[in-house]
Amino acid sequence: MAAELALLEGTLGLRNGTKYGAQGERQIPVLQTNNGPGLTGLITIAAHLVKQAKKEQLLGSTAEEKAVVQQWLEYRVTRVDRCSSKEDTRTILKDLNTHLEDKVYLAGNSFTLADILMYYGLHHVMVDLTVQEKEKYLNVSRWFNHIQHYPGVRQQLSNVVFIKNRLYTNAH
Amino acid sequence: MSEALRAEHCGSCSSTKPGLPVSEAPRAGHCGSCSSVPNRTPRPGSRRPPAPVASAAMRLQVAAGGPAALKVVAAAEFAAAPVRLCWSAPAEQPLSPLCSPWVPALQLDSGAVLFSPNAICQYLFLAGGQEPTDLTNQWLEWEATELQPVVAAALYAQLVHGKKGLEAAGHLGKLLAYIEQSLSGRGTAYLAGDTQSVADVVVWGALFPVLQDEASLSNELQALRTWFQTMTLSEACRKAANSVLMPKGLLEFKSYLQKQPPPCLAMERATSNEPEEEEASERVLTEEEITAAADAWARGAAALPKPWHPQKPVLPVEGMRNVLITSALPYVNNVPHLGNIIGCVLSADTFARYCRLRNWNTLYVCGTDEYGTATETKAVEEGLTPREICDKYNAIHADIYRWFHISFDYFGRTTTPHQTTIAQDIFQRLLARGFLLQDTVEQLQCEGCQRFLADRFVEGICPFCGYEEARGDQCDKCGKLINAVELKRPQCKLCRGIPVVKPTQHLFLDLPKLEEQLEPWLEHSWSTGDWTANARYITRSWIRDGLKPRCITRDLKWGTPVPLDGYRDKVFYVWFDAPIGYLSITANYTDQWERWWKNPQQVELYNFMAKDNVPFHSVIFPCSLLGADDNYTLVNHLIATEYLNYEDGKFSKSRGVGVFGDMAKDTGIPADIWRFYLLYLRPEGQDSAFSWSDLMLKNNSELLNNLGNFINRAGMFVCKFFGGVVPDMVLTMDDKRLLARVTLELRQYHQLLEKVRIRDALRCILSISRHGNQYIQVNEPWKRIKGNEEDRQRAGTVTGVAVNMASLLAVMVQPYMPSVSQAIQGQLCIPPECFVLSHIFTCTLPPGHRVGTVSPLFQKLENDQIEALRKRFGGGQPEDLTVVCQAKPTPPAPVPAPASGPVVAPGDPQLIQELTEQVAKQGNHVRQLKANKAEKAEVDAEVAKLLELKKQLALAEGKSPEVLVPKGKRKK
Repeated sequence: MAAELALLEGTLGLRNGTKYGAQGERQIPVLQTNNGPGLTGLITIAAHLVKQAKKEQLLGSTAEEKAVVQQWLEYRVTRVDRCSSKEDTRTILKDLNTHLEDKVYLAGNSFTLADILMYYGLHHVMVDLTVQEKEKYLNVSRWFNHIQHYPGVRQQLSNVVFIKNRLYTNAH
Repeated sequence: MSEALRAEHCGSCSSTKPGLPVSEAPRAGHCGSCSSVPNRTPRPGSRRPPAPVASAAMRLQVAAGGPAALKVVAAAEFAAAPVRLCWSAPAEQPLSPLCSPWVPALQLDSGAVLFSPNAICQYLFLAGGQEPTDLTNQWLEWEATELQPVVAAALYAQLVHGKKGLEAAGHLGKLLAYIEQSLSGRGTAYLAGDTQSVADVVVWGALFPVLQDEASLSNELQALRTWFQTMTLSEACRKAANSVLMPKGLLEFKSYLQKQPPPCLAMERATSNEPEEEEASERVLTEEEITAAADAWARGAAALPKPWHPQKPVLPVEGMRNVLITSALPYVNNVPHLGNIIGCVLSADTFARYCRLRNWNTLYVCGTDEYGTATETKAVEEGLTPREICDKYNAIHADIYRWFHISFDYFGRTTTPHQTTIAQDIFQRLLARGFLLQDTVEQLQCEGCQRFLADRFVEGICPFCGYEEARGDQCDKCGKLINAVELKRPQCKLCRGIPVVKPTQHLFLDLPKLEEQLEPWLEHSWSTGDWTANARYITRSWIRDGLKPRCITRDLKWGTPVPLDGYRDKVFYVWFDAPIGYLSITANYTDQWERWWKNPQQVELYNFMAKDNVPFHSVIFPCSLLGADDNYTLVNHLIATEYLNYEDGKFSKSRGVGVFGDMAKDTGIPADIWRFYLLYLRPEGQDSAFSWSDLMLKNNSELLNNLGNFINRAGMFVCKFFGGVVPDMVLTMDDKRLLARVTLELRQYHQLLEKVRIRDALRCILSISRHGNQYIQVNEPWKRIKGNEEDRQRAGTVTGVAVNMASLLAVMVQPYMPSVSQAIQGQLCIPPECFVLSHIFTCTLPPGHRVGTVSPLFQKLENDQIEALRKRFGGGQPEDLTVVCQAKPTPPAPVPAPASGPVVAPGDPQLIQELTEQVAKQGNHVRQLKANKAEKAEVDAEVAKLLELKKQLALAEGKSPEVLVPKGKRKK
């Protein structure tokens, strides 16, 4: 997860090159700050970085949007990161696919931190999907492809290939 | 439990409706008695009057019995948020499909629904003016990821398993200590400062059910005790606890918990998480297996079947397994790329080689598909006749496949007299049996050229995306399929005239009528043969969509003529025609071709292809043959691959991206390494991607360090320690176990290859050599050879077993890497009669067998080399030049003086663009010259022009032209 924060720094245009600590078995990232005991946790540090980069709009501009962003960040660390089986992954993809049916971004019409972190969190999952699965979770695929092409987001992560024409036209 | 008897309480008229099942309560939350909207509906037992709230209320749906209700209700109270609380039975329709029925959900004004309790709390505080801080965020994240799972487990242990207090608390202690530390460390009254925040509510909400009151906390947790007590006594928390935990206290949660799977904590799980796959293959060997392996070993080469070499031409033999293999016919006018090669010819070749090693009577045919529009277009482009184009490219194809060691029994082409005879015969039979229909089609005709224009002869504006150079069949920009008559402003590609829409007669294959024959055949083929999952899937969806009559004629000249009056100026559509190529190519190989193709009783047919070809092989072609009704051999096993991508994108000839067949040999990497890597990532089951760094990795790790290292060591030990003669062997139990292990891998290899799982079977080969390396490593023959008699005998046994494993590997690897196999055979002097595959691992190089000269089989690939190749094939970069420059010994022709160029004003965007275009154009030109094997002098001259253009471009961009000196030269 520390690597992910380094990616995020790149995306935000921060040139911190921070070394993150890691805590416990799950390797929860820790950011040492000059004042105070430091920050712990992926979304906590991510939100902190966003503020540091003066890109608060990525945390949502209205109270509602902020809450929605918070919710998806939480979803990311509690649900996506806890997937331990294929079955879990399928549930996540199914949920997201439903949610993204009528949305451009996770929080609706604006690109937010939730999109960035969800993209990082799902990257290893998407890389392994078959073409057929990518088509099955069409909305997730569309969103993912959109985010990975969003300027500055992908960084060193590999580009996941989506085929433009549907092959399994009858997939439901 | 009694949710069904919960009552709604209306704050406005104070009427309670006891006994009204919630599911029947008015859905929108209106009070049935006064029609006002109850802002909050306390449950019976809660005597507190409802709190005053603002008028515009958001709906907060809370499931009775869900523990998360505590924190959201408390947060709503704290923030005095305008929410309308709706209790629901968990079975009720959730607000959004993402909501779990037990978890609270808040419907926002925008209609969006929050389904995360923490996000709801945060929103309620935010709406009340409290912005989240880094610290509150951290507490919320900690609560969600750390505290919640532990609390859930503790609660479960307590309520469902009936454990008491601390016993149930489990890992909770550590977390409580963390809170204590934070509070005392900061010296603040609350978690995130001196005032209450969302963090306090969320953490309290999680802890309350397990702690209930501070008395359960030990004295050491003083700060935590104080904080918890303050929170519990606060008005908001008391209200929340009263409404959520009444009337039965914690038992309210029992029903919820009983419906949950037992919580499983990450920390308890961590150990059982990791590699299972590896262990699965290491299954325990039985005594029988070990004994059988030792027996088989002892029987020696005599136990192997005699390799069978069929007479040429290969014809089916009564009583043998007769395997006919085809790979999809590559279209002639393109140079195949790696994806094409792995997709059909290489896969089919590997399988054909395997079949031959199994002593199955095997015929493998392929050829170039040469008729059709694309050839005509290409001919116009290159100023040649279609025939000349085909001759030229057929030779290129044949060359490439020869280089890749593709073992066709015959590589033919579709433009032969046999093709005409057979295609017309099938056509006549279909016509006679009433399987052809006539219909009129609207088509574009160019009056200038006096012909109907095939789709690819038309260009125009895409009706979907407005792209100006859309082709008549497909738009390159949006990728949509286009009906040529729908193109806006169509143009004839040949004369640029404007075509007109004219009706023309065409013939159609009546697929709906043939469907009743197709379906039973398919059912039979699927139940008896191996079709890849994608092949079945694609076929099934084609049939489910309903089959429609399919046009089999085209207004072209370059094709098989239609032998019917009224259609004499037309030819067969390439997809009717092309699969017939399999038959006509075989007919060119042997005049007894019908013994293969009209002999389903004796012949098993395997078709190899990429998945885009499936419908033509599974539906259309079988329909033609079924309709023609002449006892044709139909496909038994249809093997389709997914796609191979290049690095992170697609292969593209036009952009020069990717490795194409003719370039592979210029890389200096041997054909067998290409074969190995392509087969290693054969897109079985899902797409895969070619990657240079992975190629290097696999070569260096799997081939060099694993397979090559093992075979080389085994051979070297025989040479160095035993004078080149295989020593005597006295097998111990460990050796026998290894024999059984190898036999197991060999069986697995057969099982996989029989199902054409080529990629997976390759792993078995690599596992055998891995076992071999381990065996050598553990037994250290190089040390033992210097020891006493017993040690020396042990060294001999280990060396002997290892070199026999190498001999087995030589055969197993033959379908994948034929030259490597041959090299091993030469080095170890493996007798030719041992070159056959059976299910046993036997001693083929007995004591006394003399081996030849042993040398390394593989070479290391270096990073520099791979980086250079990656750049070279990355498309459109200046590095392209290195190819040209390195390839010839003479330096490039002198560069013309830059004075002849335009006066360069650095940074002029228009100039930069112009120059960029010119560079791209010239670059393509050079590539084309190279592809066409143009004269060296001509290439040199064009390269010099390109260099000059690039120099100008660099100047215009304000860069130093120095960087343009080709790398190859700079090094010297």
